[in-house]
Amino acid sequence: MTSLGSYLHRHPRLRLAGLLSAPLLWLVVAYLGALAVLLVSAFWTVNGFTGEVVREFSLANFRTILTEEVYRNVSLRSLGVAVSVTVICAVIAIPMAFYMAKVSKYKNALVIAILTPLWASYLVKAYAWRILLANGGPMDSIFGGPGYGIGATILVLSYLWLPYMILPIYAGLERLPDSLLEASADLGARAGRTFRSVVLPVLIPSVLAGSIFTFSLSLGDYITVQIVGGKTQLIGNVVYANIGAANNLPFAAAIACVPVLIMVIYLVAVRRSGALEEL
Amino acid sequence: MTDSSDPAIRLTGLRKSFGAVDAVAGIDLDIADGEFFSMLGPSGSGKTTVLRMIAGFELPTAGTVHLGGRDVTRLAPFERDVNTVFQDYALFPHMSVLENVEYGLKVRGVKRAERRRRAEEALAGVRLEGFGARRPAAMSGGQRQRVALARALVNRPKVLLLDEPLGALDLKLREQMQVELKAIQREVGITFVFVTHDQDEALTMSDRVAVFETGRIAQVGTPEEVYERPASSFVAGFVGTSNVFTGAAAAALVGRQGTFSVRPEKILISDDSGPEGTVAEVVYAGPVTRYVVDLDAGSRVVVVAQNRHSGAPLVARGHRVRLSWHDEHIVEIPSATKETAHA
Repeated sequence: MTSLGSYLHRHPRLRLAGLLSAPLLWLVVAYLGALAVLLVSAFWTVNGFTGEVVREFSLANFRTILTEEVYRNVSLRSLGVAVSVTVICAVIAIPMAFYMAKVSKYKNALVIAILTPLWASYLVKAYAWRILLANGGPMDSIFGGPGYGIGATILVLSYLWLPYMILPIYAGLERLPDSLLEASADLGARAGRTFRSVVLPVLIPSVLAGSIFTFSLSLGDYITVQIVGGKTQLIGNVVYANIGAANNLPFAAAIACVPVLIMVIYLVAVRRSGALEEL
Repeated sequence: MTDSSDPAIRLTGLRKSFGAVDAVAGIDLDIADGEFFSMLGPSGSGKTTVLRMIAGFELPTAGTVHLGGRDVTRLAPFERDVNTVFQDYALFPHMSVLENVEYGLKVRGVKRAERRRRAEEALAGVRLEGFGARRPAAMSGGQRQRVALARALVNRPKVLLLDEPLGALDLKLREQMQVELKAIQREVGITFVFVTHDQDEALTMSDRVAVFETGRIAQVGTPEEVYERPASSFVAGFVGTSNVFTGAAAAALVGRQGTFSVRPEKILISDDSGPEGTVAEVVYAGPVTRYVVDLDAGSRVVVVAQNRHSGAPLVARGHRVRLSWHDEHIVEIPSATKETAHA
């Protein structure tokens, strides 16, 4: 063992290769490979008569997505849901994380409290909300709504992804020294001013980091919307329907490229702000 | 409301408890207008907590804080006419140097043109002209320190509080900043309250020094008073090095019962007269050499001698020597204090 250890010590490149080969293999085969297959098959079509995949390059799927109004609407609706969920999560998470990081004496307990919902199954939580939102259920009898639909979808997705927004903001606030808040007060700023001028600007990268989670998770969701969304259709549902009932894998791949494209645009925009270093 | 005869800061019966611990255990103190006042003490002696109560970051458990005759005990930091230079400088990382300096003026609604002019003036006052566009992260420790100073001074507060502001700088820079701070204070004429655990810093810069010991003030006085006539053996030991004689050694060396202190540089090594002892340690330190001598009378003393000659120290380990000092350099320490020797 010692001879192998000292041999590796003298050959740093070999050491690096040993360290990286397994994760690289995983990345290339499982991750990039799957993405490549998705991209390639999006340009195939299905023979309407036999139901077999025609492996020839064609832009027909993308033409359909761009020209048919229903797909444009589904894409825009999904984008709207993802943006709403992200905004709601940020608005709730900022004061909560601030309280956790800067005010409360029970930081650790609160972090655990934020994390525990993540231990429960996604499906269980979504069905719990289905019961809460049911006609004549608790939400209905107390607030008179909102019932199943797009509003319920946004509500439940915000609930599901909130921890992913709180944690990066909390981490960002933990790194914000108390002395900055004191210095602001010392220089004459009241709490609101300090929050706007000192806390928020320092927090922007953390909020963006959290938004990557809430945005991408919402954009790809198709289960919550099936459970509480009523007749609402999102991109995920269209993909799912084309894989199953319609048996049109190429079209499913093509429409799956829409959220990928949106996420790439979003990530490039976020990268410019330096938020990726907060992850 | 404000009377010119009022001290800049008056602390009355000031206490602060954190749970069962009294961080500050009753402090009465007046700091005069325009004074350079240092709070000196080991860590945990309560000096920073006192500073934070003057600034308004901590509310006292009991007692009052008056600034220029006005009771500010319960006021928020933004309602007090003081500014603070923080130990970690606390510069806003997302703002440029100029925006940092302008912040206090902007918050108080000073017009853009005027605050720009004043901020640039303040930066010039700390020799940082032309640095306004930089981010704090792109500056050295000493420069950041000066930005923090400019950011506080630009508001022209009645009192400037400095919380160990030189602690993070290296020795050369620290000595340079000590001189600079003193010059700035003389020029602006603002009351400076300076917290430090470095006795050299406190002695060289201050008009007066308060020595803190476990939440109380052990002694207040000019640097010379505190150094030459320590009021307790704690002060004698903390401010400079001190030889403290008690019990039988005191009776043998001084001729009286009591607790006495004599500074190492006041003791001469002679051959002919005075108490005799053995040299236990010789430490050469450039301009001076420190000798540790075990006296036959039963006390260990430190002697500091100027190296007027060149070459090796004159006295080596194990030598027998006699020590002498003038009677006026023997300081009797009031007996109410704890009898612990500090070296």
